[in-house]
Amino acid sequence: VNFPRAFAALLAGTIFGFGLSLGGMLDPSVIRNFLDFFGDFDPRLAFVFAGALAVSAAGYALSRRRNRPALGGAFAIPAQQRIDQQLIGGSALFGVGWGLVGLCPGPAIAGLALGLPSIFIFTVAMLVGMAAHDLWRGRNVANEALAS
Amino acid sequence: MPWPLYLQSLLGGALIGLAASVLLLVNGRVAGVSGVAGGLVGGLLGRIDGEFFERAAFVVGLVLGPFVFLIVFGALPVATITGSLPILIVGGLLVGFGTRLGSGCTSGHGVCGLARLSRRSFAAVVTFFAVAIVTVFVMEHAL
Repeated sequence: VNFPRAFAALLAGTIFGFGLSLGGMLDPSVIRNFLDFFGDFDPRLAFVFAGALAVSAAGYALSRRRNRPALGGAFAIPAQQRIDQQLIGGSALFGVGWGLVGLCPGPAIAGLALGLPSIFIFTVAMLVGMAAHDLWRGRNVANEALAS
Repeated sequence: MPWPLYLQSLLGGALIGLAASVLLLVNGRVAGVSGVAGGLVGGLLGRIDGEFFERAAFVVGLVLGPFVFLIVFGALPVATITGSLPILIVGGLLVGFGTRLGSGCTSGHGVCGLARLSRRSFAAVVTFFAVAIVTVFVMEHAL
């Protein structure tokens, strides 16, 4: 275990979870009311995004002026540029689930702290969905290897 | 709705951006929760790599965040969650499978991807917002 890296990740995760809490993002009804223009519209998600994008863009700009991260290694920034079916199809499936319940992965995990059975059930199902994707893709990769 | 609440959300967002910047500038990693959680799940399925423990540390931190909120404000954040058991399970499965297939969620594509002006992330964000808006409309106003 690389303790400095694990500690930095713990710190980043804690700030992230606190920011989600402060922004009202752990409340699925806040998210669903943002997505519902014909109900009790709640704009808080837009304020959270504005704050997050401003600071995150500054952090990214800073990273461009450095050769490597503070703890060494290299910056792992996704290099993929192609907009493909997986990206759009996966995002569409995610959008259905997000709209149904009002939880996305960050709040689903941070929300475990609240001790609500409904959030626990959702988050377990989400992790099962992630595992199902890995198993499905693993088999697809194997099939493609056989076909080629 | 009161403006202090909006300012609180703006500040909460700024902290999320700070967290993403810390992870990027210190560890060189993108703060995408679905990627981190998916990597952990993949690790448990048998591919534990060198990053398993820092992913786990990030996830533990995410859960600690609301407890910091408890210490500061004297109460845990409020959450109102509607939806029957089948909705919760189907919703969770779709969010898990979809974010892995689409290589990201609200944090990875939404916060980190848009911040670096990624075309892919822009396409993903437009897609999941549009589909979520239609889903909520159908549930709340069409059914």
